[in-house]
Amino acid sequence: MNAVQRLFGFHGGVKPAYNKEASTGLPIAVAPTPTLLVIPLHQSIGGVPRPLVKAGDRVLKGQRIGGADGNVSSAVHASTSGSVVAVEMRLMPHTSGLSALCVVIEPDGCDEWIPRQPFDFRSATPTQTRDYLRDAGVVGLGGAVFPSYLKLNPGKTGKLDTLVLNGAECEPFITCDDLLMRERAETIIKGTLIMREMLSAGQVLIGIEDNKPEAIAAMEVAAQAANQAAGDSSIKVVSVPTRYPAGGAKQLMRVLTGIEVPHGKRSTDYGLQCFNVGTAYAIYEAIALGQPLISRIVTVAGNVERARNYEVLLGTPMRDLVALCGPRADSDRVIMGGPMMGLRMPSDEVPVVKAANCVLVGSKQLFPPPPPEMPCIRCGECAKACPADLQPFEMYWFSRAKIFGKAQEYNLFDCIECGCCAYVCPSRIPLVDYYRFAKSEIWAREVEKEAADVARERYEFRLLREEREKQEKAAKLAAKTAAGREKAAAALAEVEKPAVTPEQDAKKALIAAAMERAREQKAQAHPENTINLTPEQQAEVEAIEARRAEIREMAKPHLRQDD
Amino acid sequence: MFEAILVMALGAIVLGAALGYAAVRFRVEGDPLVEKIDAILPQTQCGQCGFPGCKPYAQAIAKGEADINCCPPGGDEGIHKLADLLGREFKSLSAEHGIEKPKSVAVIDEQRCIGCTLCIQACPVDAIVGAAKQMHTIVADQCTGCELCLPPCPVDCISMQPIGESVETWKWKYPVFKIAPAQREAA
Repeated sequence: MNAVQRLFGFHGGVKPAYNKEASTGLPIAVAPTPTLLVIPLHQSIGGVPRPLVKAGDRVLKGQRIGGADGNVSSAVHASTSGSVVAVEMRLMPHTSGLSALCVVIEPDGCDEWIPRQPFDFRSATPTQTRDYLRDAGVVGLGGAVFPSYLKLNPGKTGKLDTLVLNGAECEPFITCDDLLMRERAETIIKGTLIMREMLSAGQVLIGIEDNKPEAIAAMEVAAQAANQAAGDSSIKVVSVPTRYPAGGAKQLMRVLTGIEVPHGKRSTDYGLQCFNVGTAYAIYEAIALGQPLISRIVTVAGNVERARNYEVLLGTPMRDLVALCGPRADSDRVIMGGPMMGLRMPSDEVPVVKAANCVLVGSKQLFPPPPPEMPCIRCGECAKACPADLQPFEMYWFSRAKIFGKAQEYNLFDCIECGCCAYVCPSRIPLVDYYRFAKSEIWAREVEKEAADVARERYEFRLLREEREKQEKAAKLAAKTAAGREKAAAALAEVEKPAVTPEQDAKKALIAAAMERAREQKAQAHPENTINLTPEQQAEVEAIEARRAEIREMAKPHLRQDD
Repeated sequence: MFEAILVMALGAIVLGAALGYAAVRFRVEGDPLVEKIDAILPQTQCGQCGFPGCKPYAQAIAKGEADINCCPPGGDEGIHKLADLLGREFKSLSAEHGIEKPKSVAVIDEQRCIGCTLCIQACPVDAIVGAAKQMHTIVADQCTGCELCLPPCPVDCISMQPIGESVETWKWKYPVFKIAPAQREAA
C-alpha cells in the first residue's frame, strides 16, 4: 500500500457545522428538462462571449451559442435541442439583481446532440487543445469559474511536479463533489490523466477531506486501477483533515505539499497546479466524448424536505430545481453556493450557471438575520482565523474609512473571502462585506484611471496632429506661391527683358499673369441665354436694351442731384 | 578673524558650486506639480472650467490662477483630492462652471445625421468616426462624455445617454445596516 503521505497545515481556519448528511443519502438524479432554458452568455471570469444565434434559430444540444471573446473568456452552449425564443436581457444569478444578455431556449424534447467526436489531443498542439477546451466551455467548477484552458499551461519550465486535484469540498451543505467522486471516480481519474499529460506533471495528489470516507474509498479504487495500468504509483488519494477552508486552492496545495505560493506569484512557478474534481470530469467529457460543458452536478440543500444532488442542464431556473426537493413553507431566500461564501440570489427565477455548485434554500430560522454590528474591540481573533495569513482587522479599518490604498498595502487582494474572520468575530462585524466593497471600489477606480489615461493620450495626440496639419498646410501654401511666382517670372522673362529688380519683376509678372487670366475668363464667359437666338427673340432683346438705355438717360439728372 | 572669514567664504564657495552643479545635473523637466494635478483631473477635456482642456486647467491651478472647484466631471471627490494634494481647504463645486452629472456617452441618431463633420472637429479625443456626407458614429469606449459635440450639430442628432450599471461594472455597496428598534417580549 501507499506510504503515508506527509501532511502540512495551513494557518487559521474554522470548523462550522457541516450539515452534509442530508444530501448524501440519495444518488445523483438527473433533473428534468425545464419548459424554458435561460442561458446567460457570461458564465466565466473574463470577456462576455458574443451571441452566435438569434431568435427563431433551431439549436442542437451542445451547439455553441456564445463564442469566447478576448484572451480570457469561455464559450457557452445550448443545453438541449430546441428553438431560440429570444436573445435578451434576463435577471442574472448575481447579487446585484441586474440583468445581462441571455439566450432563451424552448426545448423541443428531442434532446438531439450535435455530432460528437473525441478530440485527439495527443496529435494536436497544446495551443489547439487549449482552443478546443475554450470552445468547449470548460471552466473551473469549484465555484470560481476561471477558464480551465488558461490553467492547462505548464508555464516556463514546460513541466510540473505535482497536479493537485481538489476534492476537499470544505463548505457546509455542499456535497456535489462528494457524490461525483463516489459515483464517477473512474471518469474523474481519466480526466485527470488527460490534464496530467497536458501539463507534463509528475505526480497527482487528490486531496479529499476525511469526512468523506466513501468518496475516498471510491477514488482509491479508481486511482489504484490507473496506477496498475501505468505500472507506477504516481496517483495518490490523500485524506486531509476536515477544516474550513481546506478546499481553497492555496490552502489545499499547502496542506498536500507544504508549498506556500507567495503574493503575486503563480502556483506553476512552484511546479503546482490545482483543479477541482468536477473540472477533471468536464475535461474528460469534452476531450474523450466531444461533449461541451452543458450540465453540472448541483446540491440542493437547506430548508428543503429532500436534499439531494442533481445533474442539471445549465440554464434551468433554480425555482424548478428547488421544487423537486420540496421546499418548506417558511423558505424566503435562495443562495448560490454555501452559507460561508455563497451569494444571495435576487430571485429564485435565476438560472443555474457553471458557478452554481449548490442551491441553498434559506429561511429566517435556518439563517437568522445577523445581530447588530458592534465596534471592533481589536481582539485579533480574525487574524488567528485567517487562512491567508492576513490581518483582517487592519483591512477592515481601512476599508471602512475608505482608505483603499492602505487596505491594498495589507494585501486586500489576497483575501479569498472565505468568511472565517466574520465567523469568529465577537463583534459580529460583516468583515467580508467591507472587503468586497473595498475591492470593487479599487477595481472601479483602476478602470476609471485607465480610461482617463487613454483620453489624455488621445487628447494630446489630437493637439499634436492639429499642430502638424497646420504646419503642413502652411508649407504647402508657401511652396505653391513660390512655384507660381517662379513660373510667372519665367514667362515674363521670355517676353521682355528684365528692366527692373527681379522681385518687382516677379510681382509685376504675377499681376500681369492674373490680369491675363481674368481677361481670358471674361472672354470665355458668355451669358448662355443670348446664344442661338431666333430673330424674334433677338428683336425683343434689342427692344428691351433700348428701353433700358432710355430709362438710364431719364435717371441721369436724378442721380446727379443725389450726388 | 581673517581665517574665520576665509573658512566661511571657502565653505560658501564650495557649497554654492555643489548646489549650482546639482541644479543643472538633476534638473526636473516639466512641472511635477502640474503632472500631479493633471493625474487627478478626469481627462474629460470638456472645457467647462474655462480652460481648453485638463492640462491647461492643471497649469492654471499650479500657477494659482484658477480655483480647485471648477471641474464638474471630477465632482466633489476630485476637489477633495486636489485639496489634499495642494493643502487647501475643500470648497464645493462652483455653480457657474456647471453641475456634476452621471457619466454619459454621446450617441448619434444615425437616421438624422447629415454627415457635416462638425462634431468630428469638435471632439477633443477623436472619438467620432465619419467623413463628409457620410454617416458619423461615436466610439463609445473612447467617448469622455464632454458634450462638446452637442452645440455644433446643425440637426441636433446627438444626445447624451447615461452609462447604466451592468453586472460587470456593479460595485458592492458600503455595508450599511438598517437600525431597527428591538422587539420587546410582551410581559
